[in-house]
Amino acid sequence: MTTSVTTETQSTLLSHVEAINWNRLPDEKDGEVWNRLVNNFWLPEKVPVSNDVQSWATLTEEEKTLTMRVFTGLTLLDTIQGTVGAVALIPHSLTQHEEAVLTNIAFMESVHAKSYSQIFSTLCSTKEIDDAFRWSRENQNLQRKAQIVMDYYHGADGQKKRVASTILESFLFYSGFYLPMHWSSRAKLTNTADIIRLIIRDEAVHGYYIGYKYQRALEQETEERRQELKDYTYELLFELYDNEVQYTHDLYDGVGLAEDVKKFLHYNANKALMNLGYEAMFPSDVTDVNPAILSALSPNADENHDFFSGSGSSYVIGKAVETEDEDWDF
Amino acid sequence: MLTSATLIYFSSVSNNTHRFVEKLRLPEGETARLPLHTRSETLEATEPFVLVLPTYGADGGRGSVPKQVIKFLNVESNRRLLRGVIGAGNTNFHESYCIAGDIVAAKCKVPHLYRFELMGTQEDVSKVHKGLEEFWKQQSSLSAA
Repeated sequence: MTTSVTTETQSTLLSHVEAINWNRLPDEKDGEVWNRLVNNFWLPEKVPVSNDVQSWATLTEEEKTLTMRVFTGLTLLDTIQGTVGAVALIPHSLTQHEEAVLTNIAFMESVHAKSYSQIFSTLCSTKEIDDAFRWSRENQNLQRKAQIVMDYYHGADGQKKRVASTILESFLFYSGFYLPMHWSSRAKLTNTADIIRLIIRDEAVHGYYIGYKYQRALEQETEERRQELKDYTYELLFELYDNEVQYTHDLYDGVGLAEDVKKFLHYNANKALMNLGYEAMFPSDVTDVNPAILSALSPNADENHDFFSGSGSSYVIGKAVETEDEDWDF
Repeated sequence: MLTSATLIYFSSVSNNTHRFVEKLRLPEGETARLPLHTRSETLEATEPFVLVLPTYGADGGRGSVPKQVIKFLNVESNRRLLRGVIGAGNTNFHESYCIAGDIVAAKCKVPHLYRFELMGTQEDVSKVHKGLEEFWKQQSSLSAA
């Protein structure tokens, strides 16, 4: 633990503030993640969403409404994470550098939240936007997931906040992320999908980092407390999962995609657990994400890219990649 | 330091890749972890091996190969004994998913054998376990021919 600003109990007794020294890194992961986040920085204004106007016009009214609702749901989560979640983790930081990284995470979440508004203002009318935001206020399952997470953010247990935060970053977003990947796989709203992919990339680093800090802090805990936190993690995930399934049906039953979305939920729930250092929970027969969705997420994630899995015939050695690494001598 | 391990890997302090390798339950001495810090002396392989390395999601893949792996592969004899690569990563990184594995595979002209996410699922573990067994069988029949 560092002194003065970081310990949980003494913030009110603070007599001085320690200046952060980036030349002494007690945890090198802080520096590594800071650099990664800074290098990945982006703004939605750089993505030409207006190129999606024609594509938007090809969607049915039901598909448009669905898309807007999904995006207001995502906006809500990003709002929570930006102004409450990441900020609530700061007092529990193990290092001063962790505090700094969390301010970066908080800011980027606010960028994410704003980017949905940019998509809306490019594609939709003011009335449609207002209707979608009203829906997000009134949808019970959406409000419930926000409430569950917010309750932990307002609690006193730093470790439980980290768990809730990692589950939000690595699981709760994905019922929403599914849809732009679905459109992208059908060559629709592809610029919008580019924005979502940038958000998805950021969330991976956030979930990884907060999950990592959870594991570091766990090293200081008693065996009994570790067991308590593990049980809590699985319970919270189940509670949120049940709610997420209902939310998924609310949104996607009309277009017949709910079952496909649920596979994507299982797949990401496993990744949330792994970010916290726990074993995956859902077996592979319910995590078989639609290949079109997986390939919209990552074009080289399918089995043809695995020498062990395929016949080998489809495998190409030395696929062209940019190899501009500095310090790469040979 | 010399090592006769057939599976050499890098894992940062997050230990994701380390956990994956542990789950493979390979015999003692069959696996070796590269030093965490580049200032430490790197390993020197004495037997053909497969390299497992993670990708952390850099923009456009620049600087994706961990410096510790670069140091290790800058030793010519290590490159000569490298037979294949296994990549760890996150599909959230889009085209950069496991790109460090792609880069090493392309540079060293060896196959990118498998990709898995974070610390790998049970399915990944059994696929890699079986895949490696078959791969080494293939390799020894190749060198016998």
